[in-house]
Amino acid sequence: MILSEWKKKFFRWLDGDYDVMAGIMDGSLEPDESHEEIKHDRKEAHDRLTSSNYSRSMIHAEQKGFYAIYLAVAVVSCIALIGVLLFAVSLLPRYGQENPRTLEVSERYVEKGLEETGAVNVVAGMILDYRAFDTLGESHVLFTALLCVMILLRKDRKNMDPHYEDYYLIGDDTYYPVSKDMIMHKVGMFILPSIFLFGIYILLNGQNGPGGGFSGGAVMGAGMIIFSAAFGFDQVDRFFTMKLSMIVTFVSLTFYCFAKGYVFFMGANHLENHIPKGIPGAILSGGLILPLDIAVGFVVACTMFGFFSLFWRGSIGGD
Amino acid sequence: MDFIRNFPMLTVILSLFSGSLCFVLKGKTARNYTILYEIFLLFVCGTILWYTVTTGQSFTYSMGEFSAPWGNELRAGILEAMLASFFMVIMAASVLAGYRFVHTDIDESKVNLYYALLNLMTAALMAIIWTNDLFSGYVFLEILTLTSCGILIVREIGRTTLAAVRYMIMNLLGSGLFLLGLVLLYDLTGHLLMVPMQETIAEMARNPRLLMALTISTGILTIGLSIKGGLFPFHFWMPDTYGWATPTSASILSSLVSKAYIFLLIKIFYRGIGIRIFALMPIKNILLVLGILGMVFGSIQAMQAGNINRMVAFSSAAQIGYIFMGIGMGGTAGYTAAIFHIMAHSVTKSMLFLTTPRLAEVSGSSLIFHNLQASALRDRNAGLFFLIGSFSMIGIPLFAGFASKLQFALAAVETGSTIRLLAVMLALALSSLLNAMYFIRTLIRIYSDPQGTVKEGDVRAMHRPGYNIPMMCLAAVNLFLGLFSWAVVDLIERGLRMFG
Repeated sequence: MILSEWKKKFFRWLDGDYDVMAGIMDGSLEPDESHEEIKHDRKEAHDRLTSSNYSRSMIHAEQKGFYAIYLAVAVVSCIALIGVLLFAVSLLPRYGQENPRTLEVSERYVEKGLEETGAVNVVAGMILDYRAFDTLGESHVLFTALLCVMILLRKDRKNMDPHYEDYYLIGDDTYYPVSKDMIMHKVGMFILPSIFLFGIYILLNGQNGPGGGFSGGAVMGAGMIIFSAAFGFDQVDRFFTMKLSMIVTFVSLTFYCFAKGYVFFMGANHLENHIPKGIPGAILSGGLILPLDIAVGFVVACTMFGFFSLFWRGSIGGD
Repeated sequence: MDFIRNFPMLTVILSLFSGSLCFVLKGKTARNYTILYEIFLLFVCGTILWYTVTTGQSFTYSMGEFSAPWGNELRAGILEAMLASFFMVIMAASVLAGYRFVHTDIDESKVNLYYALLNLMTAALMAIIWTNDLFSGYVFLEILTLTSCGILIVREIGRTTLAAVRYMIMNLLGSGLFLLGLVLLYDLTGHLLMVPMQETIAEMARNPRLLMALTISTGILTIGLSIKGGLFPFHFWMPDTYGWATPTSASILSSLVSKAYIFLLIKIFYRGIGIRIFALMPIKNILLVLGILGMVFGSIQAMQAGNINRMVAFSSAAQIGYIFMGIGMGGTAGYTAAIFHIMAHSVTKSMLFLTTPRLAEVSGSSLIFHNLQASALRDRNAGLFFLIGSFSMIGIPLFAGFASKLQFALAAVETGSTIRLLAVMLALALSSLLNAMYFIRTLIRIYSDPQGTVKEGDVRAMHRPGYNIPMMCLAAVNLFLGLFSWAVVDLIERGLRMFG
């Protein structure tokens, strides 16, 4: 008896399991399925899931209070982590007193930043000059995020439910109109110019005061979002399309890469850098900081509006 | 200064540029560009390797005019150059061998986005290998995390989306812990560059209170990176992630991405904290124990797995366990074995993940063992490559897997502690036995044909050089690592000496 049981088990091991999810999660939905068919498929999937030994044992475990244990373990490990972190913080030396060498780097940034980078805003000098490589990476993090959101949300034949009436209009982006609201429209007319102006101001003054590419770009992106909410996507599509957004992102990032590549190359090879530092405080100062801020600002604005548009209607606009 | 010294910077900058270039190109052009670019980059990294080996010393490269503690810095030595060239071999081979699957798995309008992500991933891999700065490491680690989620969800079926959500949660937890550890280390030392950080830490370690704080911050950082690498209790995201991604993604995720995190960890131990200070911390013993547990439990789960991709994915968990065991053993021998295994496992696992979809394709697109019966007879090339990969995984002499197991055994002898020696030897024996059990069962399954279902006309060997040539390259690298392991080990040892 036992032997045959083991034999059966062994052969089942050789053959591999029956995959309970097969056919359910594999493909995208077929365009010619009706609602009833999908409902039927879902029910079948549910039945199949609950019929397998493995999932029955999972359901049993859930009924037996698996989640309570799960929750308890989660809470305990969170508290343990908090405790360890607080303990670690209590061990840290007092700022700048026990170990004066720790201030070496930041002191140099504060004392010589203006002289060496030409930027009144030391933070801008730090992120775009001293540690420009990190910021180069950081702006590409945004770009990567845009790519991932586009992959996930841009309409295509695989991720669209065939029952929406625009399944056959995937290439056509005139769908999903925003309801035009009188109040939004009128208020938008008043505040949008100042929002854009403020964004541009922040963008252009990154080297002289608080601001810079990331924050200025965020304000401009928010302005674009308000614009599309107030006037509708059809108004935005007249000047801002997918193609324009792609080109702006590409040109900004390429400029950023090669401008910084040039600076890295010249600096590392001890060659003279031909980019003038300018008079501190003037708008054209800080060497490359201003153009880099503009490039970053464009990327951030395109990314923000792109996110909004992709979440709203599954495309950026145009074709 | 020799012009070659600019190459590490150029690999990163050009890869970032290629990413944004592929964004505006059409799908097929982006693919061709990416393949050519990967091969070009392979030669660039090869040149750096040749340069570091002939000059016999490493060099640092300051990113901009501000030198060491103030600006960012890259560093290239034998070890970095070797890993970079090796990673590029696998990257190019995966893209070349898998592009046909990419075009069937991915919607046409998104193919260029896929290749843009691959180029950004190359940039991140290069930057993580070359960086001499912890924060640059973190920034590019973020790019690596995001791109790996991207190349996973691009298949747009329910399973990959589910897998990507789980993968992203685990990875973000890892990133968060890494950042916490980094912040604590920065607060303690005031430096982000590895060399000045190491100097400060060497001074601080005399104070037991500060050593405790250092241990906690290093521990948090290590947990973060080992979650991302897939060490034992944190490996449950592996089977879905590797099992359902498009083959190129599966091969790159399993053989390069998790290895890059582990290499960054080794780099931090060696260069950021200093190997002597790290030896004072109990972290390595924990890594040793978790590594050994991972080897055993990963193999057991691989045995239980229901389909071939899940099996190969769980065996990755076991192999990651080997690497962490090497790190846990400590000493030059342990690290050498760990780095050798990074290479051996990368080349083997990418080969396995690129052959299983072919085997499934000739058996009715099913990955279940029962349906794979005689699939190697239907596609002889894929069967042969799977055979080579399995032999290397089991650890049969001539192949890379054997050489790395030998290195682990030698390193265990050098630890000088009987308990460690016994534990490592037993774990190696047990894990090899389990490996042999599930791989040989698969091999018998795919090579036997009891019902005689394979007819003459059924044999569909793929005569496509685009698939066979990169696979042959991977097989050749595998055999090279197995036969000439002494040369590679010698290079790794020289590289590690430059590291410290």
